[in-house]
Amino acid sequence: MKPARFDYVAPTTLAAAVEALAASSGDGKLLAGGQSLLPLLNFRMARPSVLVDLNGIKKLSFIELRGDRVAIGALTRHCQIEHSPLIASKLPVMSAAMRHVAHLAIRNRGTIGGSLSHADPAAELPMMAMFYGASLTVQGPAGRRTIAAKDFFVDALTNCLEPEDIVAEIEFPVLQHGGWAFEEVARRFGDFALASIAVSVRRGSSGLEDARVAVMGVADTPLRLEQVEQRLCDIALDDRTPDRFAEWVTSRVKPNSDLHASAEYRRHLLGELAKRALRTALAAERRS
Amino acid sequence: MTVKISVTVNGTSHDVSDVEPRLLLSDFLRDTLGLTGTHVGCEHGVCGACTVLMNGDSVRSCLTLAVQANGAEITTVEGLGTPEALNVLQAQLREHHGLQCGFCTPGMLMTGEDMLRKYPLATDEEIREGLSGNLCRCTGYQNIVAAIRSAAAIRREKA
Repeated sequence: MKPARFDYVAPTTLAAAVEALAASSGDGKLLAGGQSLLPLLNFRMARPSVLVDLNGIKKLSFIELRGDRVAIGALTRHCQIEHSPLIASKLPVMSAAMRHVAHLAIRNRGTIGGSLSHADPAAELPMMAMFYGASLTVQGPAGRRTIAAKDFFVDALTNCLEPEDIVAEIEFPVLQHGGWAFEEVARRFGDFALASIAVSVRRGSSGLEDARVAVMGVADTPLRLEQVEQRLCDIALDDRTPDRFAEWVTSRVKPNSDLHASAEYRRHLLGELAKRALRTALAAERRS
Repeated sequence: MTVKISVTVNGTSHDVSDVEPRLLLSDFLRDTLGLTGTHVGCEHGVCGACTVLMNGDSVRSCLTLAVQANGAEITTVEGLGTPEALNVLQAQLREHHGLQCGFCTPGMLMTGEDMLRKYPLATDEEIREGLSGNLCRCTGYQNIVAAIRSAAAIRREKA
């Protein structure tokens, strides 16, 4: 239960970190918050020859408004996002999701760049990146490029980055919506979700003008359900809408069975959370 | 490879050379500095027993490398109070019988300190959410929750 030996470098610029990572010839690992990496090191499931510690790169930690987008530096910690008034007002669904991210001591260390790169299919921040249609700015040896969240998450715990790439910052478009909800069930509060759904809506003169729906814990990556969003906007809202919505959502996912829950239970749970979330979002929209 | 680090623990600064990068903060505190109040349970971030404060924020010392604490201020359970002068939360844990075997207690205290600093803790639900990352196998949590509820009430009175 102790990590195997590794060398350690702590660069103070992103360029130096990319260089150090490239010099490790694919055998180096980035250390951000370390809340997923350290267990892997302790179990010796990961045995990198070099650890490149990003925590000295102070410029990677920020939350700022850029027009109709909120930009977050990759090294920004979960607790900073959780307590940010800017996030609460501009990205309210993300703000609500943050208290479900692990536990207090882990939120104090864990970073958004680390969580997205780790790409756990039942983690809140990858889901939020899909939900908001975020774009990730990545720095590699050839310079910077931007990757859409939908292209970033390839499979469970798998992203599309090259070995020398480092996530630098993430931009989240602000939704002009009046109502939203975030629902999640985990075995223990703060554990990875068995199922979770986020819904956000804007009402028009008849029915919904725009809708956003994303789920997690029920597939190999978090999913945005664009067809369900479209159907929500196409129908007239009535008392049966939440039930129909739950059917659409659950028919779009193929959950896995594991130690924690069967596929059948996850699907049932997602349906119930979908109804609850849509009712909450519509009720909030009416009030706003 | 070894590194030299400077860490302030409970107000005392320590300059230690020959720190292997792979040394966990939990082992640094216990083995290098002899501060065995910080307990090591699961060593993969699940049980919360090894929680300490780093620059005021609670962290899992088993998920932090000692080299990452270079330049930081660490508070362990030894830094909270003394047997003669318990701090508020310690006194409330004693008052409410919030421990039996005591193994989880250092982690509960350090987590509780951070919770009291960051959250209103107006409801038991909120207290239980805050404690969800700390495992206790003796008490059923009831008395730990009561102790933190009571410490939060004392904090409100003082505010």
